[in-house]
Amino acid sequence: MESNMNQGKEGRNIERPFAEGESIIRVDGLNLHAGKTHILKNINVEIPKNKLTVILGPSGCGKTTLLKCMNRLTDLTPDIKVSGNIYIGEQPVFGSKTDIVALRRKMGLLSQRPFPLPMNIYNNIAYGLKLRGKYTRAELNELVEYYLRQVNLWDEVKDRLRSPAVRLSIGQQQRLCLARGLAVNPDIILADEPTSALDPVSSEAIEKQFAALSKDYTLVMVTHVLRQARRIADYVIFMYLGEVIEMRPAQEFFDDPREEQTKKYLAGAFN
Amino acid sequence: MNISSHRRTRDRVVTVLTYAAMVFVLLLPFALFVGLAVKSDLLFREHSLGDLLFSSVWRPSSGEFGFKPFIVGSVYVTLLAMLISCPICLLSAIHITQYAPTRVAKVVTTAIDILAGIPSVVYGVWGMVGVVPFVGKIAGWCGIQSNGYSILAGGIVLSIMVVPFILNILMEIYRTIPRELTEVSLSLGATRWETIRDVLNRKALPGILAAFGFGFARAFGETMAVLMVVGNVVKIPEGLFDPGYPLPALIANSFGELGSIPEIESALMFAALILLVVVLIFNATLRWLIIKAERY
Ligand SMILES: Nc1ncnc2c1ncn2[C@@H]1O[C@H](COP(=O)(O)OP(=O)(O)O)[C@@H](O)[C@H]1O
Ligand SMILES: [Mg+2]
Repeated sequence: MESNMNQGKEGRNIERPFAEGESIIRVDGLNLHAGKTHILKNINVEIPKNKLTVILGPSGCGKTTLLKCMNRLTDLTPDIKVSGNIYIGEQPVFGSKTDIVALRRKMGLLSQRPFPLPMNIYNNIAYGLKLRGKYTRAELNELVEYYLRQVNLWDEVKDRLRSPAVRLSIGQQQRLCLARGLAVNPDIILADEPTSALDPVSSEAIEKQFAALSKDYTLVMVTHVLRQARRIADYVIFMYLGEVIEMRPAQEFFDDPREEQTKKYLAGAFN
Repeated sequence: MNISSHRRTRDRVVTVLTYAAMVFVLLLPFALFVGLAVKSDLLFREHSLGDLLFSSVWRPSSGEFGFKPFIVGSVYVTLLAMLISCPICLLSAIHITQYAPTRVAKVVTTAIDILAGIPSVVYGVWGMVGVVPFVGKIAGWCGIQSNGYSILAGGIVLSIMVVPFILNILMEIYRTIPRELTEVSLSLGATRWETIRDVLNRKALPGILAAFGFGFARAFGETMAVLMVVGNVVKIPEGLFDPGYPLPALIANSFGELGSIPEIESALMFAALILLVVVLIFNATLRWLIIKAERY
């Protein structure tokens, strides 16, 4: 048995290359079918708290789908069938008793392209805050400024907080989206190729943000940029054709890939 | 002539042709307007615009042309139809695109397409045998004397007729909103309904305005079905159960007199002109609202 393979319940091998008790997300025998296609195949993996975990894998292997299972955005696609479960702490994600609204609030989401809400810049941040609780005008102002500063956007937008968010550049929009996600005070941030639509400068800005955030947040980031993963990942989950092939600390993963598919992928065979 | 100059010529011909077609299309409403205005001229020689629009006396035989009853009738019937159909369309578009399973949505979409293809005279007949007696009964319960041919009957039939058109546009609008916007809002801790109310509807607003405007223009000009159930009495309607006489019905009912008395012909042209101008002004206002709403 490999050092990072742990015997899970019912004899399943759970990928957990770190000590027990440090995980915040546990994917437990997750299978996902859309119609007749088997998209996620028996996924067993744990994600450590306050680390940056990158999900790597060739296009179409199920990275986005796995990410969306974590906050159950799969609900939006009626013809999807899920078995197994994901636990956020002790909370099951799939289950009729789950308070999914509360659970989703613990998880920020950053998508491939920025999707600002159809509101002004200020309200893009305030929207989530207002869902979180009651604030006075002054408190809202303060918090909006705080989160815009967190993503280094405040100085660029402080004079036009009331103008539509879509007027910002793509890079600014993505930082706004990050600030919006942070404003609901999540424990986890899910990001799906968050820099793929950005120019190199904006991309680097987001990347730096992520590296900094991983002290206080659990980050799960899908990417297809190997070098990016190398730069910022603490752990890497490698997926191939709907399966998790291996999960390793980043350094080990890149320097000493274990599985045959991983080696091929790192050598650029799937591109 | 070598091949490349041949191709260049063809390119130029196509450019000119498409340009000409565009100019033609742009000129159409203008030509329509000028034609109607010229033909209405006779009426303006003896009546002021104010008299024509605001007088309630309609006695063509003695040269009195007050269009107010028709204008008011048209506005009432159209507003009533919009009041009934817009909320229904908005709610069902939201349900079909946001909540209903794919299979149900497909069935409903097919049904709506069928409804949209039914000729208006069919709606009219159905209105006469179904809606009119029903309205008459309601009037009875309310202690009002009415045979059912009324503004209310016209509004109901009209509202049903515009539903497929408005609903089709609205569904398209909601379907084109990127799913990621819903995902983002849900991930911030909003419920499904909060997401629809605060995010999707805001995003859809320009489209919703366009759909309602399209419905209004259609309803305002709809002739046959309304004419069959609205009663066609020249009188300013004072209640829902009163009969009315909308502008399109006036034109349709009197076109037989075209060419007989010049003044009446001119009056009908003026009625058509009013219809055209109202729809044009309405469209322009709507454009402006849509552009304002599209900022986000
Ligand atoms: N709703 C769906 N219905 C059918 N197939 C789907 C659906 N969503 C995703 N898929 C398929 O599942 C596979 C994984 O998709 P995805 O998770 O987006 O991959 P990745 O993000 O790794 O590129 C793809 O082959 C895709 O075509
Ligand atoms: Mg993807």
